[in-house]
Amino acid sequence: MPQNWIMLAGMDQLEAIDWVLSRHRHDGTRLMQILRETQEALGWLAPETITRIAQGVGWPRARVEATAAFYSFFHLRPRGEYCLLWSDNIIDRMAGSRALMQRLCEALWLEPGRLSEDGLVFVHTTSDIGMGDQGPALLVNYRAATRMTAERVDAMAELIRNRVPLADWPQEWFQVEDNLRRAGPLLGEAFTPGAALAAALSRGPDAQLAEIAASNLRGRGGAGFPTARKWQACRDAPLATDQTRIVVCNADEGEPGTFKDRVLLNSHADLVFEGMTIAALTVGARQGFLYLRGEYRYLLDTLEAVLQRRRDQGLLGRGILGTPGFDFDIEIHLGAGAYVCGEESALIESLEGKPGRPRLRPPFPVTHGYLGQPTVVNNVETFACAARIAEKGAAWFAATGTPQSTGSKLVSVSGDVARPGVYEFPCGITVAEVLDAAGVRNCVQGVQVSGPSGTTLTGEELGRRLCFEDVPSAGALMVFDCTRDMFEAAHNFAHFFAHESCGFCTPCRVGTQVIARLMDKIAAGRGSQYDLQELSRLHQLLQGTAHCGLGHIAGNPVFATLTKFRPAYERRLKSLEFEPAFDLDAELSQARQMTGRDDAGAHLAET
Amino acid sequence: MANDDTFLLDGVAVPFNTGQTILQAAHAAGRYIPHLCWHPDYKPHGSCKLCTVKIDGRLASACTTPATPGLRVENRTPELDEQRRTLLQMLFVEGNHFCPSCEKSGQCLLQATAYELGMMGPHFDHFYPNRPVDASHPDVLLDFNRCILCSLCEQASARDGKFVFVMGGRGMRGRKVIINSATGRLADTDFSLTDHAASICPVGVILKKRVGFIVPYGQRKYDRAPVSVADTQGDEP
Repeated sequence: MPQNWIMLAGMDQLEAIDWVLSRHRHDGTRLMQILRETQEALGWLAPETITRIAQGVGWPRARVEATAAFYSFFHLRPRGEYCLLWSDNIIDRMAGSRALMQRLCEALWLEPGRLSEDGLVFVHTTSDIGMGDQGPALLVNYRAATRMTAERVDAMAELIRNRVPLADWPQEWFQVEDNLRRAGPLLGEAFTPGAALAAALSRGPDAQLAEIAASNLRGRGGAGFPTARKWQACRDAPLATDQTRIVVCNADEGEPGTFKDRVLLNSHADLVFEGMTIAALTVGARQGFLYLRGEYRYLLDTLEAVLQRRRDQGLLGRGILGTPGFDFDIEIHLGAGAYVCGEESALIESLEGKPGRPRLRPPFPVTHGYLGQPTVVNNVETFACAARIAEKGAAWFAATGTPQSTGSKLVSVSGDVARPGVYEFPCGITVAEVLDAAGVRNCVQGVQVSGPSGTTLTGEELGRRLCFEDVPSAGALMVFDCTRDMFEAAHNFAHFFAHESCGFCTPCRVGTQVIARLMDKIAAGRGSQYDLQELSRLHQLLQGTAHCGLGHIAGNPVFATLTKFRPAYERRLKSLEFEPAFDLDAELSQARQMTGRDDAGAHLAET
Repeated sequence: MANDDTFLLDGVAVPFNTGQTILQAAHAAGRYIPHLCWHPDYKPHGSCKLCTVKIDGRLASACTTPATPGLRVENRTPELDEQRRTLLQMLFVEGNHFCPSCEKSGQCLLQATAYELGMMGPHFDHFYPNRPVDASHPDVLLDFNRCILCSLCEQASARDGKFVFVMGGRGMRGRKVIINSATGRLADTDFSLTDHAASICPVGVILKKRVGFIVPYGQRKYDRAPVSVADTQGDEP
């Protein structure tokens, strides 16, 4: 347990809140961390807790509550001593997560999503927690537990019933493997902390920027924006008095099926932090943030330790590597369960203590980012690449990959393969080659590249290449063999977007719900051709009118599977032109329950 | 003040000053672009998406896009109005909008816009939310089942210096107006009838008590003139 937990142990509630507040200098921009640490101490965020925090940071109470209410991992109602959240990505489901959750609920006599009567335990689902290579997985009080089985679930129920503290649970349940199956230029060689930074310093900021430009490094988060152009724009942005430039590492790896950043942060954090420090040198930044997704809370203490070691080694802090005026430090900001915070302007809002709502753009973060200051936001892998480029040069980096997609790419592979995990391949590798390495066991029906927001490929398209010239991606393959139902995948993704929409704009807030409901209707066997047309129409509306990228692509997986796997939908349809969304007979179930009848006369004949 | 230049709105020139958005300039020129979350006295919010227009072939919100010389803006085309009807239908099914029994009827911007655009029915299945009504305050009733999340009350209350209303939560189930009190009740805030926020709601959420039917149905703002006319005569709801 972290030190603050121990400190907090002897305090009453108000003392605990005040201690957390003073730790964060009563600074409202640090609200996310204040809420999280308070909740870790007190279990949940009671109305009087919110009031106290609002007074402490000097914000209107409603603003503090607005932030708390936005994030899935903040609780404005009691959540019990044990909060168990099952990762609900389609890959976890294929591995049996739903049945295991049901088993756990039955063993504990409770319903998913409802606190047990004695206030002890809460079981529910959560969006993908980044363990697709070692599922079924869940978060136990926000600590990742992997490779769940029926035996483990039974044992877990027993531990909960006996109120055994988490510290005394079998530690192997919480073991997270890297599963790095193939290393290349980026991860294949040991890295000496400071080596890349020393090379960048001897080159100087101008030459370092030129080196990044010459390498043609493009953003590894999937969008592929040239890194040097982003850094240049930030560096050129004017600064007001008392401002600095900011470097942010986006480790909000929320895209279902993606988990390569988890491996980078667990085993190659020096490479990432060094890349951030090189970015700081290049753009002239004094402050840095690692935005770590809440699901990776278990990495926090390790990462803090790496940061401290780097400070001790003179690689962070004042006068880095003895260079006067080169001051830069990195702070870890933990997210709290909101996929939309992967969008860079939403991420910055979150860093400022606000709900993660994407901003109106322009202005862009490179000129007006964190607290209005010029801000570079890059993916974890991008910083790791930048460090290697500083260390080994642009030519070395560009020798791998294709002309428009230089370097290598980390690919998260999950689903129907023998060896799920992370693979480093040159950019431009075909999907088929990655699948060969991962060991495909059965014929491939479809591959979802780069998560629900990415591209759906059929088994006939495995020759497509993972690079910006062909299939751009954040490097993730979810593999579905021919026994799988592609409708189920799309159904799962539709609910994912409905759950993760920030709710700001009409088309995304309501449209993602309408799509999810139409998919439910089709799943229930009550869909019609008309519903399929509706899905396409909604996809176009979202694409055209939504406020941000999440909304633009929220209809993608449904539209793509509808186009490429239409029979998976059609076999569920009734042949009628129109079907009502509700089932008349099901509507009578309450009346049957009240009258205690279940005979034929109490049912409507099936239409 | 001399106008800097013009852009074309459905083929007709609209003058504008530097810094104006397309919607601001159109409004000032007496031209109607459908909108719900925009209000001339407040910062554009850009959330309802009703003002989505096509600018040189690309869809964008008229309320947040700066006017620039020579832009060709499509506004009341059949394609864009169709899109707007769908967005309206989404708002109608998301909340409980039972116009015949709502005291805002006839002065409701959502209802008036639906008439203007010829929306004939809700199209989608109703969601029938069950959000609590807050009648705690002596002078004002809150019925959040009619909320379209435009955030105007948040902006107005910030102008009042009170922050009584703040937009919070996430997604369709979670996003809502949060009241600035530990109980969540309006009566426990410093809200008053004279606040800007008391008169800003374009729909029937923030309702003043005891005046609901002083102007009878049939003689209300949008009964007298459709929103496309009423809205452009400098007489905001």
